[in-house]
Amino acid sequence: MSLSDFFQQIINGLSLGAFYALIALGYTMVYGVLRFINFAHGDVFMIGAYCGYYITDRVQAVFGGKLMWASALVVLLFAMAVCAILGVVIERLAYRPLRNRPKLAVLITAIGVSLFLEYGGQFFFGAIPRAFPELIPDLPVGGLGTLVITTNQVLVFGVTVALLVALNYIVKHTKMGLAMRAVSQNATAAQLMGVNIDTVISFTFALGSALAGAAGILFAVSYPSINPLMGILPGIKAFVAAVLGGIGHLPGAAVGGIILGIVETFVGASDYSTYRDAIAFAVLILILLFKPAGIFGKATVEKV
Amino acid sequence: MKKTLFTTFAAALGLAAPLLLAQEIVVGEIVSMTGDKAGFGTEIHNATMMAVDDTNAAGGVLGKKIKLVSEDTQSKPGEPAAAVQKLISRDKVVAILGEYTSSLTLEAAPICQSAKVPLISPGATNPKVTEVGDYIFRVCFIDPFQGTVLSKFALETLKAKKAAVFTDIKQDYSIGLADFFKAHFAKNGGTIVVEKSYSSGDADFKAQLTAIKSANPDVIMIPGYYSQIGLIAKQARALGITVPLIGGDAWSDSQLVAIGGSAVDGSYFTDHFSAENPDPKVQALLKRYKEKFGKDAGSAAALGYDAAMVLFDSIKRAGTTDEPKLRDAIASTKGYQGISGVITLDEKRNANKPAVILQVKGKDFKYVTTVNP
Repeated sequence: MSLSDFFQQIINGLSLGAFYALIALGYTMVYGVLRFINFAHGDVFMIGAYCGYYITDRVQAVFGGKLMWASALVVLLFAMAVCAILGVVIERLAYRPLRNRPKLAVLITAIGVSLFLEYGGQFFFGAIPRAFPELIPDLPVGGLGTLVITTNQVLVFGVTVALLVALNYIVKHTKMGLAMRAVSQNATAAQLMGVNIDTVISFTFALGSALAGAAGILFAVSYPSINPLMGILPGIKAFVAAVLGGIGHLPGAAVGGIILGIVETFVGASDYSTYRDAIAFAVLILILLFKPAGIFGKATVEKV
Repeated sequence: MKKTLFTTFAAALGLAAPLLLAQEIVVGEIVSMTGDKAGFGTEIHNATMMAVDDTNAAGGVLGKKIKLVSEDTQSKPGEPAAAVQKLISRDKVVAILGEYTSSLTLEAAPICQSAKVPLISPGATNPKVTEVGDYIFRVCFIDPFQGTVLSKFALETLKAKKAAVFTDIKQDYSIGLADFFKAHFAKNGGTIVVEKSYSSGDADFKAQLTAIKSANPDVIMIPGYYSQIGLIAKQARALGITVPLIGGDAWSDSQLVAIGGSAVDGSYFTDHFSAENPDPKVQALLKRYKEKFGKDAGSAAALGYDAAMVLFDSIKRAGTTDEPKLRDAIASTKGYQGISGVITLDEKRNANKPAVILQVKGKDFKYVTTVNP
């Protein structure tokens, strides 16, 4: 592998990893507060992509085909809003009634919601893969010699970093963030201190799902073929990225995503591309053997 | 006494139902109506229904109407086995049409073989499919031939010396076609400079494509399915790969262009038939399909229609739906004038048919040439 190839693969890995990171942020946030894996997260991501599919043409018509970036921003915000509402509704209808039941019941319900969205999606959107409209032109960024970076890759990376910083700020420096951390530590005690748990949890779901919506749009812009089952694989990989980074830890999710993206890319480029997923996951298992709570996770003692 | 009672009972209660049943011949269909192969699946299902309607409108076969029972295989491994089990044991079908992909047909075939229910696949091109047994048929050519056609085209028309091969490891079709292409290409003066693989469902191919690019091939052969070819082509072009892309019949769907856009423009692939075929019978069917479903029919529709019609024709010739006789009638299909060409099944139960090479031009697939076996 020549040096320029090596750097090209690093770029490829970072841009792929940025997606895993973006989706993983949503997983890790919900887990951080509620201690449960929202398996429907990958499917909310899919709904985000379909929002973009249905409104892009209309938004672009309103802008008269001009102001590409402005119309892209409107589409992105719309998808985030729809997904935020969807996240709140899912929590309200499916998870809240089970909040004081065993965690396993909620986990199974999450899988049920995931399947519901996938097959409901097939019913409403049709099962045929659709071509996602061109929201923003994907142009190469020049001046890098033989290295190829496209505007989309820069955009995805930038959005991921920006959202990570914003999330970190919300969690660490706002009143709602304080409430989220309080609920995460001890929900009953937080309630006694006057924290409205329902609001905090709804907010967490809205935020996490809005992130999934944004990821869905960015994913569809970069890989313009969407179908109702498109969320399954990125969802699983992002989940792994979140676990790798230490689930519940925001920067950990981002780092986990980037590591996964880079490992996958280098295995894919090697002579063992056939075993890409197998080797990538073997590396993850290896890391977890040495750091069972993930890279940034703190080992906790299970309270009995 | 018992017998009379039973007869009276049957006459009183169940007369209508058995009579009605006797008027129907039940045929099963396994087809991917959902999932990432749904583009092909929908087309095949539409075409199969047209074949059933046409046959019933013309009086059915053996004086009975055809009844089609469809099962969705969801483009998913594991589904075809359950689907054919159900069709055979519950719906008591006389024969089964489908699947379109080789991997899914290979799951269904052993069950049909052991139950002695004939299965006719419209488009499974992997040679292993009909090797399962003497009840398994297909109305398309097979991949050793398709791979040779592609390799010859790359060597002679594109003047390629170095080829890269990019295979979908989850598809028997893709692996098989890649192998036959590589064998012929390497034996006839070409070199395979790099081989990479991906899996159905992947969206990012930049790692493999970067590696392919640095091997500097003259042509890239991608024996995958249309839903991913568009993405692969886009990422290849974005990485600055300009050499021609070639592939097989699984490219043949309008979504190829919808997703790939200008990135797939100028690429070549082998197919079963060309929509430009001036044969009035072909054009009439394409026109009817478009009127009925509002979409252009591709080779999947042509093969789906042919598979159903070959079955109905065989039932007519057999004069019965009893299995050994029906099987023999299908096996002796000879010179059947189908939409996708003249269908004659050889002793290995494969159709011996020419392949066409098409080029993507704008939104259309333009006819380039026909290659005979």
